[in-house]
Formats: sequence, structure tokens, C-alpha cells
Amino acid sequence: MGIQRMRWLTVLLAVALVLGLLAGCAPKKPAEPAKPAEPQQPAQPQQPQGLSGSIQIAGSTSVQPLSEELAKAFMTKNPGVTINVAGGGSGAGIKAAQNGTADIGASSRALKPEEKGTVVEHQIATDGIAVVVHPSNKVDGLTLAQVKDIFTGKITNWKQVGGKDAPITVFRREDGSGTLGAFTELVLGEGTKITDKALQQNSNGAMRTAVAGDPNAIGFLSFGYLNNEVKAVKIEGVEATVDNVKAGKYKLSRPFLYLTQKQPEGVVKAYIDFVLSPEGQQIVGKEYITVK
Amino acid sequence: MRRAVFERGSEVALFLAALIAVVIIVLIGTFILIEGLPAFERTGLLNFLLGHEWRPLQGVFGIFPMIVGSIAVTAVALAVGVPLGLATAIFLAEIAPPRAERLVRPAVELLAGIPSVVYGLFGMTMLVPIIRALAQTWLGASLDPQFRAGYSVLAAGLVLAIMILPTIINIAEDVLRAQPLEYKEGSLALGATHWQTIACVLLPAARPGIVAAIVLAMGRAIGETMAVIMVAGNTPVLPQSLFSPVRTLTSNIALEMPYAGPGAHSQALYATGVVLFGLTMVVNLAALLVSRRRVKRG
Repeated sequence: MGIQRMRWLTVLLAVALVLGLLAGCAPKKPAEPAKPAEPQQPAQPQQPQGLSGSIQIAGSTSVQPLSEELAKAFMTKNPGVTINVAGGGSGAGIKAAQNGTADIGASSRALKPEEKGTVVEHQIATDGIAVVVHPSNKVDGLTLAQVKDIFTGKITNWKQVGGKDAPITVFRREDGSGTLGAFTELVLGEGTKITDKALQQNSNGAMRTAVAGDPNAIGFLSFGYLNNEVKAVKIEGVEATVDNVKAGKYKLSRPFLYLTQKQPEGVVKAYIDFVLSPEGQQIVGKEYITVK
Repeated sequence: MRRAVFERGSEVALFLAALIAVVIIVLIGTFILIEGLPAFERTGLLNFLLGHEWRPLQGVFGIFPMIVGSIAVTAVALAVGVPLGLATAIFLAEIAPPRAERLVRPAVELLAGIPSVVYGLFGMTMLVPIIRALAQTWLGASLDPQFRAGYSVLAAGLVLAIMILPTIINIAEDVLRAQPLEYKEGSLALGATHWQTIACVLLPAARPGIVAAIVLAMGRAIGETMAVIMVAGNTPVLPQSLFSPVRTLTSNIALEMPYAGPGAHSQALYATGVVLFGLTMVVNLAALLVSRRRVKRG
């Protein structure tokens, strides 16, 4: 009997341990790319003392991680301020700003003509997406249509786009990823399905490692994760560089917008000013393209 | 008198400590069930379990490919890991000279202590390229082009096979050593060789314990997440061969939870957790039944 009881406990413990393993799989943040420490910014203009209040941010899930970083930094500087960052999607963010249900609506796409003027726009960052292949791949450039055909499974061999005779290994991000969302929107068009055979990686870092390891691979990365392990191909003949994005030549980019119902005031203004300040833009610059 | 109180007190304290495990498991079970139930209601239990398509952004939730995926990688892991682990256990229990034992045992213990993400790295940088090379050269002609990337059922199964070795070796060795000496003496006295004794007397006698070891290893393989994500390719499609990319139940949750929007998508992931919880329960109950039988027979 004693032994049996012990076994019960053992099994329960085993179950608890298995569950413990699951618990270990809590959300991970993508690793930040290593960057040389930037020189300290010159002294900031003094923030108004004793700022207090709360800010509600809602909208794009792509902007969400950046908003969280920025909000954290702002709240550290101003302990009296609480900022809540919620998701919901760009559409919801624009609506929230129009109705004033959130102080700031976040959008990761440009406003449509009919939406222009209904809210005040503040562009806080630009996100560029690079289509990457293995460095040994002799394909240097693709058209948007070719990229689309590769990811939807119409083109399956590199020789169809001027490369060697080898099957293309397509890598994509998991459903829900903002990078996947932007890629879908910019390249495939809403509702188009990526081929079922695409392999999935769950972070920019894992994507880079996977493409770097497979000579026949193709994938896509946020600009912040590009390095010499992978080759970014030209899109429509334009190189994937920050300058080309800023000049509007590179097509796979999108703005990150903060939207407010009226000209921002008080604590909301202080926060947006902070985001656009050199200090805020330095946070933006870790993974995205700054606006200044 | 005081001594009796102290005795009683410490017994109660120990009981409470043990009770925590029970409470935690009930809490976790209830929690994921509550979070996951809406997904079952929305999709329908059968559609959720047997649906072949997983397109969370379009509201299509079918986890059948993941259930099959979990079973497939576990099967590969057991097919490779069990013979290897059993052989090692027999070697340690019966054959190993002390010097060999001093080499093998710490290695096995070390194997148990390596974090799973390190196994994943190993798989990603060593196994996947080897399997890719195999798939592209030897088997190239016979495989679908998309199955030549190396990220596969085989890669995940092999990594898991290594990871379950310590479980199998440790338990199986203990069981072999726990067999009454008379069995062995009797067999040898009848003129059987050492190997005949091992194969025809010790192993059959130890079978229930060995089965328990296998079942526990199975639980470990089903539950493993990180290492599998790194080598499996994670495509939510029914695997068609050893070289197909595959997504397991655990990977499904860990992959998509970080960005899953509130509502249908995350509920479907919790529901995946419920299924996984059920599956692990079944495996552990099986282990319990098997080890019970052993107690009775012993």
C-alpha cells in the first residue's frame, strides 16, 4: 500500500513536471540584434516635473512590441504615468482614434484616402521587410510578382527565376506574426494563402538561421535582423536599404503610425514628443527605421 | 507528549506539501479547460480534433495534423531510443566492468541535465544539415522537392530519441538490478550462458518495469517543445513521410502564443493545451497501471 501511494505521488510529480515543461514555453521575445553601444545622447530637455495620468494605446499588433518598449521607457522616466498598450489590429486602432475610445490608435499601414484628415497622424517609425536567400544563391533580384509566385507555390524551382536547378525551400513566419502580416499585405494581397509546404519559423532570428543554413531557402526578415549570413535580394531592382526605404523606392515597407483624435495635449503630447525625441527614436532604431 | 505533537505536526506538513502537487494539477487543468472551452464550442469538438486545416487568421482550427505529428515524432523517438537505451541499461547492469561504468554513467547523467534548447541547437546545426544532404543526394529523386529541407519528422524524432535516453537507461537499469539474484543463479546453474540468461530470464522478468520506462519516455517525448520547434519545420500539414516537416501539439502552442490575438486564436491554442493535457494524462495513467501490475507480481 505504501508503495502504491508512493507511485501515485511519483506519477503526479511526473505530470506536474510535464506541465512544468509546458509552462517553460511562455512567450519569448525575439532576441535583439547585437548593436554597438551608441554614444550617450546629449542632455535631454527637462521633462515637465510630476507628470501624471494614463494613456490608452490600441491597434496594430505589429506596432505593439515597439509601443511596449517605448511605454516602458517613458514610464520609467515618469513614474506617475500609466500606459496601457493593447492590440486589436490597425483597423481597430484607426477606429479607436476616430472615436476617441483610445488616446492613441496605432496603425502599421498608411491611411486610406477616405481616412485621411479624420485623425491626426504621427509617424513614429518605418518598418522595412527584406526578402532573403542563402548568400551562395546567384539570384540577386526578384520582381514582386515572382516573390508572390514563390510564396504561393506557383514557382517551385530556382531555375524558373534565373537560378540553378534546385527546389525552392520556402520559409514563413507563424500566423499572428506582424512581419508575416505586413509581408502578406505588401506582397501577396489580403486573403492569399502561402503554400502549405512552407516551413515555419517563429522569430526573425530563427528565420535568419534557417535561411542561412539552407542553400535553397527563401524567407523574409525585418530590416533590423539583416546581416551577412543571409542575402537580401533586390525587389523590382531596388536594393533593400534604409535609404531606399526613406526615399520611397523600396516597396516592401510600411509606416508605423500613432493616431490621435485631435492635436494631442498634456500627457499624451508628452509621450508622443518623447517617442519622436532622439531618445525615443534610439529605441525605435534598435529594430526599425527611425523617422528622422 | 510534545514529541507526539511534533510527530503529528511534521506528518501534516509533509501531507500538505504533497497536496500542493494535487492542487496545482487541478488548478492548471481547470484553467486551460476554461480558457479552451470556447474554442471547442465554436469549432465543434470533432471538427477541432479531426480538422485537417489550421488557418487561425481565417478562423479555421483543425489540429489533426498536430496530433498525428506528436504521435509520429514520438514513435520515431521510441523506435530509436528504446533499443539504444535498453542496450545501454543491460550493459550497465550486467556487463560493464567498473571502469566502463565510471565512463558511461556520468555521461548518461549529463545527458539528462542538458537544457532542451541545446539539444535543439545541436539538431539544427548538425542533424538537419545531414538529413538535408541525405534527402538531396541519395533520396533526391524519390522525394517531393519540398521534403528535402532537412527539417523533418526524422530530425525531431532523432533529437527526442537522444533526449529520452536517460529516462529509459536509468529506470531500466534499476529494474534489471532489482531482479532477485535467484533467477540469474538458477539460469546459470542450468547451463545457460550469460547472454541467454539476460535475454530469456532477466528481460522477461523485468518487462513491466521496462514498459513503465518506455511509457515515461513517451510522456517526455510528447511534452518536449523547444528542441522540436527548432528542427521540425513546423508546417501544420499532415506528415507524409519521415522527411516531411511536421508540427506537434506543443509546438503549435509555443509557436503562436506570443502573437495570438485575444479571442478565437488564443482560445484555440488553449484548446490545443487541453488536448495535450488529456494525452499526457493518458500516458501517465498507462505508466501507473503498468507499475501497479509490477507491484502485484513482485
